[in-house]
Amino acid sequence: MSSGFAGFSDAELTAIALSLKVAAAATACSLPFGVAVGWLLARKRFPGKLLVDTLMYLPLVLPPVVTGYALLLGFGTQGPIGRFLSEHFGIVFAFRWTGAALASAIMGFPLMARAIRLSIEAVDPRLEQAASTLGANPWRVFFGVTLPLAWPGLLAGAVLCFAKALGEFGATITFVSNIAGETQTLSSAIWGLMQTPGAESGVLRLALVAVALSFAAVFASEWLVQRQRAGTQR
Amino acid sequence: MNANAADADARGFDIDIELRRGSFRRAFAIRSQARVIAVVGDSGAGKTSLLHAIAGLLRPTRGRIVVAGETLFDRERRIDLPAHRRRIGYVFQDARLFPHLDVRANLLYGLRGAAARERRFEPADIVELLGVGHLLARGTAGLSGGEMQRVALGRALLSQPRILLLDEPLSMLDMNRRDELLPYLQRVREESGLPMIYVSHYPEEVRRIAEDVHRVGGSEE
Repeated sequence: MSSGFAGFSDAELTAIALSLKVAAAATACSLPFGVAVGWLLARKRFPGKLLVDTLMYLPLVLPPVVTGYALLLGFGTQGPIGRFLSEHFGIVFAFRWTGAALASAIMGFPLMARAIRLSIEAVDPRLEQAASTLGANPWRVFFGVTLPLAWPGLLAGAVLCFAKALGEFGATITFVSNIAGETQTLSSAIWGLMQTPGAESGVLRLALVAVALSFAAVFASEWLVQRQRAGTQR
Repeated sequence: MNANAADADARGFDIDIELRRGSFRRAFAIRSQARVIAVVGDSGAGKTSLLHAIAGLLRPTRGRIVVAGETLFDRERRIDLPAHRRRIGYVFQDARLFPHLDVRANLLYGLRGAAARERRFEPADIVELLGVGHLLARGTAGLSGGEMQRVALGRALLSQPRILLLDEPLSMLDMNRRDELLPYLQRVREESGLPMIYVSHYPEEVRRIAEDVHRVGGSEE
């Protein structure tokens, strides 16, 4: 190991930093959608609700390689959405870290939306009724009552999404490949090292990093959920 | 229509609705020129559902709701004001204070939405009227039942309502607390000058508050 920090090589540190960046972007960008979908599923009855519910959970059970392939078809340079976005907004996903973030966001979304839905369901709708009789329009009810009471669960959902995004592998490598410094996340780096003879120690180091990050994220998420439960029980 | 008729219309209640929810089905017809009316009836008669319909929290399957000259709901004319635009002060049976806000923020919650010209009740006056000044900085968790109801009452008044709905505000309280809260209710009744619908199943409480008593549910006693 020439340079680096705390026994990690530069390439390993790059992969860890990239993973954190990808997961943070994935979480931040999917949070508004997660809140919207979680609220819809928790509070509204509408035609096609079962379909929305099913579509939302699909990435959880679909082989990740299929999700990655679907992203390639839709968001690749030749895909209809990918071409539209790159022509009109200059946003490119294919073989970029943004593509890794998109793939991770989609894989993490079910976990996030589910946690947010549960936390909104735990908010007493009678308090929302009270707010509306006090003249609060639906937006003010949501931002003034629902959201402040549901926020620990919301945060828990975000943390779960972050953790899932951090470890995402199948969809990401299918969609954006494994390019060092651009799309080589922690998981792809581990997989790459496993293909390299004599790199066992690197595999172990990065695997331990993955375990530590995942443990911390799930722990934080559970802690937040318990906090909300204690809060709503008063 | 002459001025007197308009004045007469601006007062009183004209409610004729049917509510349905699953197997629950009730019809209500209340016409009164009184300012403060009581609605009594056994539990399960649908008293709370009636208040929910007036507040816009439950949509009747037919009929109309006219309160103090304002049509809040009319199925035939396709009028159905959303709850937040009805300007109804609703004091719930279980108070429903916001647990994430302190007493002061609870009291002021509805004030923000009210237009300045509609302002009849000022925070300082309401705090004094209900004797909640010493509670302002506290959270809602440690309040007694009577204190909660007084804060809920103040919160409803400060949303500058046109009418006050009270759903058994004493039912969660023990006997002593009831005697403590009742004078406050009477003061609100006198000093607010608002039309009120008071739901209860205690005849004695009703006699001290309302001018006109309506029985719902149709069960004979």
